[in-house]
This record gives sequence, C-alpha cells and structure tokens, in this order.
Amino acid sequence: MTFTQIIFLVTAAVILGSALMVVSTRNLVHAALWLIVTLFGVAVLYAILNASFLAVVQVVVYIGAIAILFIFAIMLTRREMRDRGPQLNRGWWLNIIIAGLTFGGLFWMLQGWSGFSKAAADFPSGYDAVGQLGKALVSPTGFVLPFEVASVLLLAALVGAVYVAFARK
Amino acid sequence: MLLEYIAIGVMIALATVIAVIAIGLGELFGPKKRSSVKSEPYESGIAPIGPGTRRMPVRFYLIAVLFILFDIEVIFFLPWAVVFRQLGLFGLAEMAIFIVILLIGYIYAWKKGALEWE
Amino acid sequence: MDLALWIEFIIKGFILIFAVLTGFAYLTLYERRALARIQTRIGPNRAGPQGFFQPVADAVKLIFKEELTPAKADKVLFVLAPIMTVVPAMILAAVIPLGTQFTLPFLNRPVTLYVSDINVGVLYLTAIASIAVYGIVLAGWSSNNKYAMLGGLRSSAQMISYELSLGLCFVIAILLGNSMSLLDIVEAQKSVWFVVIQPVGALIFMVTTLAEVNRAPFDMPEAEQELAAGYHSEYSGMKFALFFMAEYEKMIVISMIAATLFFGGFREFWFLQGTVFSVDHFWWLGPIYLLLKVVVLLFLMIWVRATWPRIRYDRLMAFGWKVLLPLSLALVFITALGILLANQFGAIYIWTIPVLSILAGLIAVLLVNMSLRRKVAHA
Repeated sequence: MTFTQIIFLVTAAVILGSALMVVSTRNLVHAALWLIVTLFGVAVLYAILNASFLAVVQVVVYIGAIAILFIFAIMLTRREMRDRGPQLNRGWWLNIIIAGLTFGGLFWMLQGWSGFSKAAADFPSGYDAVGQLGKALVSPTGFVLPFEVASVLLLAALVGAVYVAFARK
Repeated sequence: MLLEYIAIGVMIALATVIAVIAIGLGELFGPKKRSSVKSEPYESGIAPIGPGTRRMPVRFYLIAVLFILFDIEVIFFLPWAVVFRQLGLFGLAEMAIFIVILLIGYIYAWKKGALEWE
Repeated sequence: MDLALWIEFIIKGFILIFAVLTGFAYLTLYERRALARIQTRIGPNRAGPQGFFQPVADAVKLIFKEELTPAKADKVLFVLAPIMTVVPAMILAAVIPLGTQFTLPFLNRPVTLYVSDINVGVLYLTAIASIAVYGIVLAGWSSNNKYAMLGGLRSSAQMISYELSLGLCFVIAILLGNSMSLLDIVEAQKSVWFVVIQPVGALIFMVTTLAEVNRAPFDMPEAEQELAAGYHSEYSGMKFALFFMAEYEKMIVISMIAATLFFGGFREFWFLQGTVFSVDHFWWLGPIYLLLKVVVLLFLMIWVRATWPRIRYDRLMAFGWKVLLPLSLALVFITALGILLANQFGAIYIWTIPVLSILAGLIAVLLVNMSLRRKVAHA
C-alpha cells in the first residue's frame, strides 16, 4: 500500500464516521461541527487529487462560510439545542436494505476497475495549474458565459435573501 | 504538490499537540476548589437572570447570507486576477459586467436597509 | 517520501511555531511597554532587566491559576473552542516565505525558508483566517453566558464582514504580483513595493486586519463596558491564555502577511539592491528584514490602540459594508485598469493606479464625512 493510499483510506474513514455523527448526534451544534469535519475531509481528498484550488476553496466556501451560516441558523431558530424526537422512522430497516444493496451493487460493479490503484499524476515542474484554471474559467474560449451567469445567480440569491428577511416590514 | 500539503498537515498536528499540552498543564497544576457560586455564569457580580443561551437576532443571519454571496464573488476574482495580464481589455470588460450585475443586488440590499444596524 | 523529508517538515514546523510563540510572548511585553510610554508611564520593568522575564512570569502565573467551567456549559466545546482558535493562528504562517533557501552544511541538503509553497498560498491565508471564526462563536455559545454569546456573535459577524474587503485586498496583490504564490508576489516587489503602487489598498488591508484580529478600535467583542469580557468572559487560566495567544499570534502573522503582500516581504530595501546586504548575497538576511518590517507594522497596531477610541458597533458594521467593500471593489478595478494601461502604452502608466486610488479614497472620505454631517444635522 502506498503512502497516498493510506492517507486516502484514513480520510475516507474520517469522512464516513463524521457523516454518521452528523445524522446521529442529538445536539444540533455538535452536528454542525461534525459536518465541518466531513467537509474538511472532502478538502483533503481534493488535495490528494492535486486540485489545490478546489481544496482551498472547499475550506473557504463550505467551512468558512456555509457551515457558519448553519450554526447561525441553528442559533436563530432554537433556544434548546437538543433534538428530542425519535431518531429513526418506521421504515428504517427497509432503508438499510436498500442502502446495503446499492453499496453491494456498486462494489460488485467496480471490482475490476483499474482507477482504484491509480494515484493522481504529479504536475510537471513549472506547470501553472492555477493559471490554466483561470484561463478555462474566464478566457473567451473557455467558460466565460457560465462565469457571467454565475453572477446573475448570486444576484438572485442576494435579492431573495434580503426580500425574505424583510418581507414582514 | 501533495508534499506541500503534508507539510501543512504536520504543522496542524504539531499546533494541536502544543495547544492540548498547554490546556493539560493548566489542568495539572491549577487548584481545583469548586463551589456552586463559582460555577455560575459571570455577569459582573449580579445574579444571572434567565437562560444563558437565547435565540439570536435575525440580523446576524442576514449578514452571514450576504457574506456567503460576496465571498463567492471574491473567490471568482482570484483565478481572474492570476490570468488578467493575458486577457487584457476583455478581462477588464467581463469583470466589469460581473461586478455591475452584483452591484445591482448590493444597491437593492442597501436600499432595503439590510446593511443598517439599529 | 523519505525519512529525511519528514524530519525536515517536523523541524521546520516546530521552529516556525516556536518562533511565533516566542514572538507572542515578547509582543505582550512590547505592547505593554509601548503603551506605557505613550501614556507616560513606565510599564512592567521589574521581572529581569527591563522586564525581560515578564512573559515567563505571566506564563507561570497562568499555569497555576484555577480554571473554572460554568456548570451549564457545553463541556466538550468549552475545551475545544480555545484549541480551534489557536491552531489556525499557529498554522497561518506556514505559507509565508521567510527567505529563499540555503544549503545545510555537512549534509549538502537544500532547505527552503518556508514550510510550504502551495500554488494557492494567498487563498490558503483566506481559508485559515475564515476557520478562526469558529473558535470564537463556539466559545461564546458553549459558555452558556449571555454576554459571552453576544460577544461571540458580534465578533463573528464583524470578522466575516471585514473578510470581504480583506479578500479584495488579496486580489489587488495577486493582480500586481500576477500569481497566487506568496514567493512570486515577493519576487515581483523587487524593484517597487506594492504599497507604493497601491497605497490605499495597503491601508485598507491594515484596517481590515485590525478588525479581523479584534484589535482596537474594532475590539467590539471585548467591549468591557457592555459585555463583561465578550466571548471569553467565562474562560480563565490556560484556556484564556490560548485565546490571548491566538489574538497576538494572529497580530504577528498578519503583520507578516502585510509585509509580504505590500512591503516587499523578506526582500531587502530597494536601495540595498546589488550590495552586500542583499538577500541574494546572504540568505539569513531574509528573516531579519521580515522581522524588521513586522516590528514596525506591529508598532503601528499598538499605536492605533493607544490613540483611537472604540467605534460603535452599528458604525463598525456600516463602515465595513458601506465604505470598505465598495471602495476595495473600486480599487481592484482601478488596479486592473492601471495594469492594462501600463501593458498597452508603456510602464509609466502604472502610476495611474496610485493617483486614481488616492482619488477614490478621498471621495470615500468625503462621502462619509457628508453623511455623518447630515446625521448630526438631523439629530
């Protein structure tokens, strides 16, 4: 087993474990914190794949902004931070069977896939990965139209958030 | 590239160990004489009234939402800034459009009073 | 992945963390002495010559203090919060270059003077800075104290608001340096420091970082008159020390960042170029130059604290959202325009950037002044 594989397996275990904690812990703030661990694990996965920019953006946007919004939202809506309802619904055993079957099916299908034993190739020295990304995103031959449309999306979200917050006034 | 991140990982581990040791030292050497008065919330000597944690004002939430939107905007700026010299006038124009669209939302939020703090 | 590399990482990380820790210890002394001078006092001078051992005495005192945990506090988060605050402060410095590199004698091994040179160094700084919000909001929440909670909320809202302008200042530095790697940004400042090209950007950077580390005049979360001690009201002993440590370490690291992005980083002063005092000549001059710049920038922070009163919270948020955010957006645009002009018509046009930015800054000051006057007239 290579060193990269060990890091991957540890990270994957942490992601799954913390994701399980997110849905099973009864304290909502704790659940939000476990979610941060999960998101950080995903950032580590990006780093393993040599996707520096995505790895750090994952931390900035998901951990630095969206998870903060979650914590604020929890504090906004509840005084009591404990969830007292039942943790399982009636069909839980059916869901376990479906999830298990799906996992088994995927496992069976991907058994012979060669991608598992491959590591991300290192960039040749002097390769400007961030520059390439920038070019793809904003150059006329790249994805410049989606880039501009993204700002319209942000505008819609902004107007929506302000409108919802001030609807009563 | 992965090596650079391993270096950061090593540093995170070292920093955590040092922080835990610091707290451990305090736990080890500090006196422990607990009493019910000591463990009450500190409100400058006045007996606390009501619960310690309460629901927070909606304003903080709105600030967080606005923050996410502008934060994503700033992140879009970063790859643009790296390749700006190669793009030239086109780069400037497209970023101007991007900013103007967002400024509409910014002005709307301002006019609606989302940036006020009473 | 050989053993030598692991050892190098661990040693470098250790040295950097301890350098910042020692810096923290002596920054507290530096601040107290400097504040005392400004207020015509003497300051701590009893422990050792000139108070040299005062930080050691403080540390020993804090270790032997009783630590209280409020009865209704969330015990796990209460311990986790100081750790989550101090760890980002310690690892923030990982990507800052202290110099280029040198060859280790006897082993013939080149050693770089930075822990990590990731190609998105600037973004890394924003990422780690944004993680620091958690420690504060969790400290406030887990204490089960209304003042602590209010302080934590105020502080986190303030930090995220000023983070936007901070990010735009990073964009300005990237535009001028044409790279996201801090090493490249430093090299790009060989002839002209970015503070000369974009003085208003550097000023905004320094203002936003003051807010980011919750320093005066933006030390709202710790407004003693209204909030007891803010988010760390309930903390005592070493746990309090960790919050204190995080604040001062962030001051140091943020001065390092400011020096790297706008004041030439580890490079020598422009008039020393090509002489014996150049970093190219002796590698160990790099950390020394950086330290000099950091000490000066830290003095500015202390000076600000001694001079300005705390500003009101509503004005603080309004300043961040209504003044700094549009102004720094305008500065990004002006910088891009200036670079474009310089590329098209000759290098001399780079000077449109400082002219236009100072103009934009003056307009902003004028508008703020007018709006404040209008408010006074209404009241």
